[in-house]
Amino acid sequence: MTEPTDKTRASRRRFLVGAAGLAAAGAGGHALAENAKNLPPNVPDWTRRLGDGVGVRAYGNPSKYEKDVVRRTVSWLTATPESSVSFTPLHALDGIITPNGLCFERHHSGIAEIDPNDYRLMLHGLVDKPLIFTLEDLQRLPRVNRIHFLECAANSGMEWRGAQLNGVQYTHGMVHCVQYTGVPLKILLDQAGLKTNAKWIMAEGGDAAAMNRSIPLAKALDDCLVAYRMNGEMLRPEQGYPVRLVVPGWEGNVWVKWLRRLKVGDQPWYTREETAKYTDLLADGKARKFTFEMDAKSVITSPSPQAPLKQKGFTVISGLAWSGRGKVSRVDVSLDGGRNWRAARIDGPVFDRACVRFYAEIDWNGEPLLLQSRAMDATGYVQPSKDALRKIRSVNSIYHNNGIQTWALKANGEVENVEVG
Amino acid sequence: MSRSARLALSLTALLVLVLAAPAWAQGKKDAARNYGIGHAATPEQIAGWDIDVRPDGQGAPPGHGSVKEGEKVYLDKCAACHGEFGESAGRWPQLAQGKGTLASNDPVKTVGSYFPYLSSVFDYIRRAMPFGAAQSLSNDELYAVTAYVLNLNDIVDDKFVLSKQTWGQVKMPNQGGFFDDDRDKAEKAFWNAKPCMSDCRPTVKITGRAAVIDVTPDEKTQKRGGVE
Repeated sequence: MTEPTDKTRASRRRFLVGAAGLAAAGAGGHALAENAKNLPPNVPDWTRRLGDGVGVRAYGNPSKYEKDVVRRTVSWLTATPESSVSFTPLHALDGIITPNGLCFERHHSGIAEIDPNDYRLMLHGLVDKPLIFTLEDLQRLPRVNRIHFLECAANSGMEWRGAQLNGVQYTHGMVHCVQYTGVPLKILLDQAGLKTNAKWIMAEGGDAAAMNRSIPLAKALDDCLVAYRMNGEMLRPEQGYPVRLVVPGWEGNVWVKWLRRLKVGDQPWYTREETAKYTDLLADGKARKFTFEMDAKSVITSPSPQAPLKQKGFTVISGLAWSGRGKVSRVDVSLDGGRNWRAARIDGPVFDRACVRFYAEIDWNGEPLLLQSRAMDATGYVQPSKDALRKIRSVNSIYHNNGIQTWALKANGEVENVEVG
Repeated sequence: MSRSARLALSLTALLVLVLAAPAWAQGKKDAARNYGIGHAATPEQIAGWDIDVRPDGQGAPPGHGSVKEGEKVYLDKCAACHGEFGESAGRWPQLAQGKGTLASNDPVKTVGSYFPYLSSVFDYIRRAMPFGAAQSLSNDELYAVTAYVLNLNDIVDDKFVLSKQTWGQVKMPNQGGFFDDDRDKAEKAFWNAKPCMSDCRPTVKITGRAAVIDVTPDEKTQKRGGVE
């Protein structure tokens, strides 16, 4: 991801334009515009008239009333949209699977539009038989289905120095979780035959950035996939159509999209993306390299700045948690900024290195709260506070910020991204 | 039908059945198997795509380029974004200066201050630059423009000619600036099976607010990313 190089404060507008606040809530508690002619005892138009027939929506889209649930960008972050990022609207989603059209995007030279007939994957280097696979070849090989999260190493990277962006979409929206269908990378390497001195592989994209990253061979043989489907359908162009690498639990940058080449070598390549970028600069001016695993992390997605509370009373706090080191084992929620914690309820399936959904149910009497969540994983790792993380890494790392997020829920139901001390 | 004839008939039927049965191809788990899928890659095919270069120069193509030749390429194809002296025009990556800033409050990561190897720069320019015209430079232009960027960073002198032969003469200032991921040791305290559940800290105060900084995009006015 790109650093916020320019601190141009472009937008000065208030963010919570949609949040009417508790005061505006009507008798039924529904603050937003409603039309009495559609409400009982009246019979609305949609009950009286025929709707669209089949085939009118050959590829279905969400309801027109959901038009605001879209990926969004932060214009001051980058110099150009071709080398930039858009964010998943986490505040508007539930469950663990991200819809394909809402998965965040990170491109370095725009979206390559690859004709699947002309797609080729080259596998060479320290192998017995250098090979080229067509898409059809890949689809003939044995395939598996795996649900994994993908998080950009720079997710929450703008928050190292303090609360900055007022929306979970922007603070945490560089993550998504889908089901991939693909060939285990091990099967492809077996087809070519590895030389005995093989230790690393380099994955390279076929886009205009030709993004390349080094991956230790042990990981490649363990659980990496050469994937061509997400959530059942072919990969979206933004996600690497027709083929991308899946590297479970590791930073998104190594999940090379539009995968065109795999080269086997005996040492890492030290490419620009694993030296000048995606290295974690510490206070003494030295930087960690090859920080592949994404540490356990969680965030409350609702309520959050883009999803304020509209009513007092019973409320479901909802959030997402994930870990690059294994299954999420527990998520705790705090209502008082981390003084006291209670285990949240994880609902839905829990997969290895996938998102889990957690809920905490509260009766909210309108008092201000400081909401936090804290994830734990199968290795015993506990998501640290932002201050604990800063104590070790200082504030120049850009990448791998998995510190605990605090949302201040105000008496009027609005929510703000805050720092606590 | 005699008993032996019946037996022969049923054996034939069994045989036919066996021959007609589809072959189950599922092998033992994890056993390497050759599926006969994939096509031999020819040296010519590989040569066209094999563009990566390692720190030791493996993969560097034939050709050469001087700082002086590189200046022309750079002013022509790079300066509009990166600035005439690598200082960056606007928000594009800065290529020069920044020495001594890595431990400061405002680290400036450039080719001279941060990149550990010549190959990290050269390989990147070769595959991705110029932005919007990737893989359009000749090998000589590639060597020349890299030499010029090194010169902007005072890593090579004005007379330097970069080639596979002179590759090893280039010493990047921050080569020793990186170390392997040590989170499992340096952050061992985060593996804490029994985290505190109650009265974990004194009263909590809000110390910073995103609304004060106010750099969040406005949902109503922003161009939508699009649900396709």
